[in-house]
Amino acid sequence: MSERRIRVLIAKPGLDGHDRGAKIVARALRDAGMEVIYTGLHQTPEQIVETAIQEDVDIVGLSCLSGAHMTLFTQVMALLKEKDAADIIVTGGGIVPKDDIVKLKEAGIAEVFGPGTPIDEIIEYHRKAARK
Amino acid sequence: MEIVEKVLNGDKRAVARLISMIENGDQQAVKALSALHAHTGNAHIIGVTGPPGVGKSTLVDKLAKSYRELNKKIGIIAVDPSSPFTGGAILGDRVRMNDLNTDPGVFIRSMGTRGHLGGLARSTADVIKVLDAYGMDKIIVETVGAGQSEVEIASYAHTTLLVEMPGLGDDIQTIKAGIMEIGDIFVINKADRAGIDRTEAEIRTMLSLHPEEKPWLPPVMRTVAINGDGIQELRDEIEKHLDYLQSSGQMKLIGEERAREDFIHILKANVTKYIIERSMDQKKFDELLSKILSKQIDPYSAARELTDDFENSL
Ligand SMILES: Nc1nc2c(ncn2[C@@H]2O[C@H](COP(=O)(O)OP(=O)(O)O)[C@@H](O)[C@H]2O)c(=O)[nH]1
Ligand SMILES: [Mg+2]
Repeated sequence: MSERRIRVLIAKPGLDGHDRGAKIVARALRDAGMEVIYTGLHQTPEQIVETAIQEDVDIVGLSCLSGAHMTLFTQVMALLKEKDAADIIVTGGGIVPKDDIVKLKEAGIAEVFGPGTPIDEIIEYHRKAARK
Repeated sequence: MEIVEKVLNGDKRAVARLISMIENGDQQAVKALSALHAHTGNAHIIGVTGPPGVGKSTLVDKLAKSYRELNKKIGIIAVDPSSPFTGGAILGDRVRMNDLNTDPGVFIRSMGTRGHLGGLARSTADVIKVLDAYGMDKIIVETVGAGQSEVEIASYAHTTLLVEMPGLGDDIQTIKAGIMEIGDIFVINKADRAGIDRTEAEIRTMLSLHPEEKPWLPPVMRTVAINGDGIQELRDEIEKHLDYLQSSGQMKLIGEERAREDFIHILKANVTKYIIERSMDQKKFDELLSKILSKQIDPYSAARELTDDFENSL
């Protein structure tokens, strides 16, 4: 009689002030039946990790358009590990150069969604990843 | 149970996990809640309800910070509506509470209204128990004051704040219809806006329409949540209400009433589950159902038959 619902945190680390992309993804995931915790702009890695833990999310989607993504993303990964929460899946979204994608995946980021990724693909990814 | 130990030892992850188990209707959650029962009953539960956009989340953020100055540990449950079609939701209350995220004395959980098994109010009540056992001094529950289930959730609070803002007009009318009675403290937020006097006058008029002698007369407070004006006064008033509940014996009565409702609810759920499962195992459930469909029997008599069977089996 139990019904599990996928929970996703969409967070925007760093200083850039755009969250249009993040909001579009948030709405699409909601429409796909997921619960999306949205925290607004300018999140520090500490805030993101605390929120992910308290909200018990399956997946954290980090949206980032500024050049600072490498440091921010890897800080989030390190903090998750430190807090014994490395099982939470982390994805990235935004303009990330190819070389960096490789590095991010090495750092444990599960997937990076570049601009123009079809929304259905993102939804499908979340469904599959959360089921694991 | 490991998860119970962890919750009692202050493990945030375990608290978060257990809340998910409750929300998902996981049977293991029941076991954990049983074990936690002895550790509940210490928190002061504060309901914050009102129309969307009046500033509830901002107010909760400021109130939590104000209580942190007194070193109180704060649990926050922020409930937002789920889509009735997909069950999905965007839970955005944390946007207003960002600096609380990393405070070790604060735990925030966002909840969608979903189609909770046994009702949203039930699962919220269980989540409150978890945060209570986890050692939170104050548990603040934010709900959109619109429907019956929100009113029900508010009924779990010891102190309920009804939040309004200037210029809502018709919304005040709707509040009057359903939930005026549950307000222990009225808060007019956005007191920096025009029309505040009129809003206050309207609320006071409505309050005077219920002139029964009440030992606690709900105060009407003004706040500007964005800059913190009136928050300290509001906190003082909440504490005054708590004092009133304790000194008048109301707190004890509320506790007894909750325990009673809780017990009855759990009993009902157990008995219902037992009867349904038993009759399904014996194929009698399906038999009766098809008879109901073909009008050989009515559902009242069919249900009677199953409860009689249950009685005879005792
Ligand atoms: N002018 C003014 N705006 C406020 C005040 N409190 C909150 N707001 C704004 O009102 C909007 C809604 O606030 P929020 O806390 O999310 O409301 P909720 O939907 O009731 O939880 C936000 O843009 C807040 O910044 C206030 O006291 N004065
Ligand atoms: Mg809110």
